[in-house]
Amino acid sequence: MEKIKGKVWKFGDNIDTDIIIPARYLNTTDPEELAKHCMEDIDPEFSKKVNKGDIIVAGKNFGCGSSREHAPIAIKACGIACVIAESFARIFYRNAFNTGLLILECPEAVKEIEIGDELEIYPEEGKIINLTKNKIFFTKPLPPFMKEILEDGGLIPHIMKKFKTQINL
Amino acid sequence: MKKRPMTLAEKILSTKLKRAYVEPGELVEVSVDLTLANDITGPLAIKIFESTKIEKVFDPEKIVLVMDHFTPNKDIKSAEQVRICREFAKKYQILHYYEGGACGIEHALLPELGLVGPGDIVIGADSHTCTYGALGAFATGVGSTDLAAAWITGKIWFKVPETIKFVYYGKLKPWVTGKDLILYTIGDIGVDGALYKAMEFTGEVIKRLPMADRFTMANMAIEAGGKVGLIEPDKITLAYIKNRFKRKPLTLKADKKAQYVEIREYDVSKIDLLVALPHLPSNVKLVKDLSEKIYIDQVVIGSCTNGRLEDLAIAAKILKNRKVNSNVRCIIIPATPNIYYQALKKGYIRIFIEAGAIVSPPTCGPCLGGHMGILAKGEKAVATTNRNFVGRMGHPESEVYLSGAAVAAASAILGYIGTPEELDIKWED
Ligand code: SF4
Repeated sequence: MEKIKGKVWKFGDNIDTDIIIPARYLNTTDPEELAKHCMEDIDPEFSKKVNKGDIIVAGKNFGCGSSREHAPIAIKACGIACVIAESFARIFYRNAFNTGLLILECPEAVKEIEIGDELEIYPEEGKIINLTKNKIFFTKPLPPFMKEILEDGGLIPHIMKKFKTQINL
Repeated sequence: MKKRPMTLAEKILSTKLKRAYVEPGELVEVSVDLTLANDITGPLAIKIFESTKIEKVFDPEKIVLVMDHFTPNKDIKSAEQVRICREFAKKYQILHYYEGGACGIEHALLPELGLVGPGDIVIGADSHTCTYGALGAFATGVGSTDLAAAWITGKIWFKVPETIKFVYYGKLKPWVTGKDLILYTIGDIGVDGALYKAMEFTGEVIKRLPMADRFTMANMAIEAGGKVGLIEPDKITLAYIKNRFKRKPLTLKADKKAQYVEIREYDVSKIDLLVALPHLPSNVKLVKDLSEKIYIDQVVIGSCTNGRLEDLAIAAKILKNRKVNSNVRCIIIPATPNIYYQALKKGYIRIFIEAGAIVSPPTCGPCLGGHMGILAKGEKAVATTNRNFVGRMGHPESEVYLSGAAVAAASAILGYIGTPEELDIKWED
């Protein structure tokens, strides 16, 4: 996984999936279309302001609410490279892995990062460097199984690998 | 064989895995008994499934597709999403495809049709799949990719969750239902109070609680971040699944010495009618403690949380021979065609129409701000639904207040958030 470098957009606790992508736009699965409305209800200009490679930093329970995979898809499609939060809602956590959106749980880092800070992230090592504040943080290591999914490039390639050996496709 | 006392969640997983025990934190892969998707998550799962070029689903009888969110199709885009699902269902001979007059809100429909039962492992690309925990099923929401993967392999991986036990004792006050119990619980532990964990609802109150209320409670486990919301199957469960559920139910119980991360006890005789203020389901207040009158523009009685016959019965009791306030739109949505039909037979629909309410066909509709009752800027609604997030029912500056059917129906008449007692309606009448 490559190193990430970008600017921070900061949000509070309990950012729910209706905020990330309001249900009224769910009659499509097109990532570009979804990206346009990402975070719209708390920041109507969000998708326009984001630069490719930027980072979302948020509080507790990020992604709570619905199971819509449209949420990580919208975040990724609008250019966000990584979400760092104090904690993630369960379904969002799975969906992010499955769709290849990098997410990191790191309460210590969240407390010290402010909007506009510039971060450098080394996903493999779980290392977050706040270039603006000159501070380094480390996240908890991933369970090996989750790492395997990420290394295979998401859940589908992962099960395809297993499935193919099983049925000899 | 080594044993270990287990919680209900652990018991179901270990039994399905044919193992002596499982422990919280372990990653396990289990076979699924049923998988579910709707008109929002289905098309995405289909897109992912088709990208694999595997032209075979694991079991066409274990896939359920319910077109309930934007249906009857509200616009061309929604109609296209449904078409994708319909064509997929035809191609793969999906037995359980529901659209049009056969369609109800998924989490009310599946139990009603007997598609889910005790001991089942169910995954659904919808967060309220946890509703079936009311029947003692390990049922949880996943995303479209997890679902598409299960359509191929028939399996899903889980981290075995830790369990929090919630014990309810005492005597329920008049009008207080499962909705108040779960709102109270979420108010107590917060919207991430059960994050990654299983919630086990138990105690004398739960043992007497009708199935409708149990579904409401399990439904909202996700609103506390829970993975599953479980209730031990008992006589009430078995009576409900009789003549519906065709497979053999697996009625498991938690062990007496099971290890819980936390046990919380609630004396329900202290719980009165509640409302969750915007914009979090945990923002709970006693209706009678609201310091000022909150005037409303809309009432919605419906959804997978409280759109069952029992909820409509409460609404009918309150609306009978009364009129909906002229400042309020009162929208009533029976959750399934069968509930609609029963409500018709019992005379509820007539009561609603005479009171000036609007009766909608079964649909999720306004619950997720889809259609059939969207709020304008600054409007307020009382809804028996499960989420009051920013913009959930329409404009980002609109507000949703969550309650049970009694507060919703009474508020429709009063024009502000209130209780049936303010209208002098007695529970016993
Ligand atoms: S009624 Fe509401 S919460 Fe239930 S499935 Fe439909 S949109 Fe989701």
